[in-house]
This record gives sequence, C-alpha cells and structure tokens, in this order.
Amino acid sequence: MSQPTIKEVLLNPIFNNNPIGLQILGICSALAVTSNLKTALVMSLALTLVTGFSNLFISMIRSQIPSSIRMIVQMVIIASLVIVVDQVLKAYAYSLSKQLSVFVGLIITNCIVMGRAEAFAMQNPPVLSFFDGIGNGLGYSAMLIVLGTVRELFGAGKLLGYEIIPVVNDGGWYQPNGLLLLPPSAFFLIGLIIWALRSWKKDQLEKPAFRMAPHVSDKEAY
Amino acid sequence: MSSQKESTVRTLTVAVLVCLVCSVFVAGAAIALKPTQIENRVLDKQRSILSIAGLGQPGMSAREVKALYKSSIKARIVDLQTGKFSDAQNVATFDPLKAAKDPKLSKVLPGGEDIAGIKRQERYSTVYMVEKDGQLETLILPVRGYGLWSTLYGFMAIKGDLNTVVGMGFYQHGETPGLGGEVDNPKWKGLWPGKTLFDADGKLAVGVVKGAQGDHQVDSLAGATLTSNGVHNLLQFWLGQSGFGPFIAHLRAGEA
Repeated sequence: MSQPTIKEVLLNPIFNNNPIGLQILGICSALAVTSNLKTALVMSLALTLVTGFSNLFISMIRSQIPSSIRMIVQMVIIASLVIVVDQVLKAYAYSLSKQLSVFVGLIITNCIVMGRAEAFAMQNPPVLSFFDGIGNGLGYSAMLIVLGTVRELFGAGKLLGYEIIPVVNDGGWYQPNGLLLLPPSAFFLIGLIIWALRSWKKDQLEKPAFRMAPHVSDKEAY
Repeated sequence: MSSQKESTVRTLTVAVLVCLVCSVFVAGAAIALKPTQIENRVLDKQRSILSIAGLGQPGMSAREVKALYKSSIKARIVDLQTGKFSDAQNVATFDPLKAAKDPKLSKVLPGGEDIAGIKRQERYSTVYMVEKDGQLETLILPVRGYGLWSTLYGFMAIKGDLNTVVGMGFYQHGETPGLGGEVDNPKWKGLWPGKTLFDADGKLAVGVVKGAQGDHQVDSLAGATLTSNGVHNLLQFWLGQSGFGPFIAHLRAGEA
C-alpha cells in the first residue's frame, strides 16, 4: 500500500470520503446538535480536535499496543481526550456546554473517532494519522455546518442567533418551518446531501447488492 | 507480530501505563479548570435569579451580571421550621443543596410528605430579595423537585404582595430535550408572570394542569405529562406548609 500524502488525508474526507456522507458514521450527534449553527460549530471543533489527537497518540504508541487489548487502549485514550474537552468547555463556554449537554461526552462513542483510530492510526505514522483525524473531523464539520446553517436559517430565520429572515412572530413575513428544529429534519437533509454528493461524484455510488434477472422463465426457475 | 508483544506481562504493563498516563492527564485538567467552572456555575445561578426576577437583559456580560446582582439582590437565610429569617447560617457560604445532604442540617421526608420527590429537606434555605426604598419588591424562592428523569432546580419569583408571580424557571435539569426540556421554552415561561399563588381564601391554588383556566393555573407541556406533574408537585411542596408556606405567611403578617 502506497503512503497517502498529508494533503490527501486532510482533504479527501471532505467530499470524496465524507464520514457522514459516504461512510454514514456519526449520524446520531449530527441529528442532535445541528438545530442551530453555534452548537454545530462547537461540536465540530470538539470532534475534530478529539479525532486528530486521538489518532496522533494512538499512532505514537501503535507498535506497543498488544492486539488483544487494542480497542480498550484506544477507548481509554479517546475517553480521556473527550473528558478534557468537556472540562474545557464547562470552564470557558458554560452556556454552550449546557446546550450540548451529553453530546460532548458521547463523542467517546462516535464511530468516526474509533473508526479512524482502528482503520488508520494503527497502521500509519503519527503526523499522517494526526492529519487524517483532522481531515475526518473537517468532513464531519462540513456536514454539520451545512445542516446547522439550513436548519437555523429556515427553522428560526436566524444565523448564529442573529436575525436574517424576519419571522412572522416578530412582525416579519417568513413563517419558519418548525420541523427543521426537530431532529428528524436532519435525516431528510442528510439524505438529500448524500443524493447530491453521489450525483456529483458518481464513483461514490454503491453497486447494487444483487440484480434481478430479466424475464426469468419457468424452466430456469425450477 | 512478535510473540513478546503479546505476552501477558507485556499486555498488563501497557494497560497500566496507558491508564496511569490518561488518569494523570484527566485529573490534571479537572483540577486546573475547577475554579473557572465553579465561577461559571455561580454566575449562571446569578444570571438565572436575575432573569427570573425580570431584571436585566438576556445577553448581559459576566461583569454586568455580577454588578447588577450585587446592587439589586439581597440574599437571606430562612429557617424553614419556624418560617422566619435566621442568622444561624452565614448567607455568603451557606449552600442549601449541600445542607440537604448533611444529616445535621436536614431531615428525611416521610413518603407521604415528599410530594416533590427530593427525599431530604434542608432546615435552612436561602431566599433572594429585591428591595426598593426599603419595601420588598420581589421575593425569589429556590424550588426543586423530581420530574421524569431528573431533579429540576429552579426559582419562583413573586411580587411584594407575596401572591403575584413575576417569573418561574429552572437553571438545571435533565429532562428530555424537546419534551420535558420545554420547561426552558420562553413561551412556556411566559405563561407564568401575572398568575397568582393563592385564591381568595388564602389557599394555595397555583398549579400546572392540562387545559389550564383562571388566574392560578398554567397549562402543562404537551408530551411531557410527568415533567409537568413534577413541576406542579414541586410548587405544591415548596409553597406549601413544609416549604416556604409559613415563611410567606409570616412575611405577610410582618413577623418574619
């Protein structure tokens, strides 16, 4: 296997190999924290840092980790990083950390972090792994930012808390779409984004698992 | 892979070392950040006291909150048993929630009496007051009780007539976002101001019920019956005889 370059691991996950769009990982938190852009941004930042540094540390000790306990070692490192991020948020962004509540803690179980640790950091040198983590974090962030923007703009007429479209309740003309503030709307949006992404980059299309033979006749069937 | 790397001793060593390094790292961060976090928590509480009392604007900076709190809010200790002000505790350091866990400063509530589901009740509590020209303008009472998943911690602010609600809200809870979590919804909180606690006979009448009517009741939250019941019960408890009921009566009679 040839070594990927830093640029590749950093930029590929954004469109070509998006963790949410192609790998369909980390959906849970993408639904939960994107009802407004601010929480989406903080969550993106937190996850990008955790993925980057967990990849870095795991890659640094990858040749020391016995394979029988490698998952647990990865979890310990990831969990420690997440707790630190949570503590920092509580200290410096208290109201945001209240809004994000359990979801910061749940980065521990986010499949993207563990997936990158297991699939990439265990086989690649530290610096490259670090950038792979950051790149995947950016891929996740890109999706979250799009979702957060659409949901806050059309669900509440605001962006980052500032009014963009005057809503009916405040004497404007826009009737906000309340569904966009609820988690299911993120499902629809993610679906639409995946559709758009795969129409643009055809190589992301999955091959059908099986194909019906046309006009199966009786003789062949029995 | 070499067999040496997979030996039991080696596995244990790696596990212990990783745990050790990580625990030092986590503990270090937790201790280093603790003062800032405590300050944040105090600030958050002051902010919610101010907002429930209808003072200041939502987007105030930390310094503005501290200054406004200092200039307008006066905290005092109340003895819940006698229903009068007390100097038995230092108001600056006393924490009613901590006291509720201390056997010397609290009592276990018997099942029938414990409608708010708090198990232990402190003997002393802190109330907050806004005074204008020596007259009580707003009285802010701490309330808490069990909802569906969690204990809700909040405040009830009433006017100087000790009857009209100024505001009600919670600063900490763990109810389901979107359902019980709607106790934080400004629209729902907006239903409270102007409601009155007591009916014409002086009986406690405020409550959270489905299809609310009249001056005392607030509509329950759709899809959050148990959280709504919890809020109803905690108000009955804290404004009733085992809560601040006697204190409010004494205050009204001018004997507190």
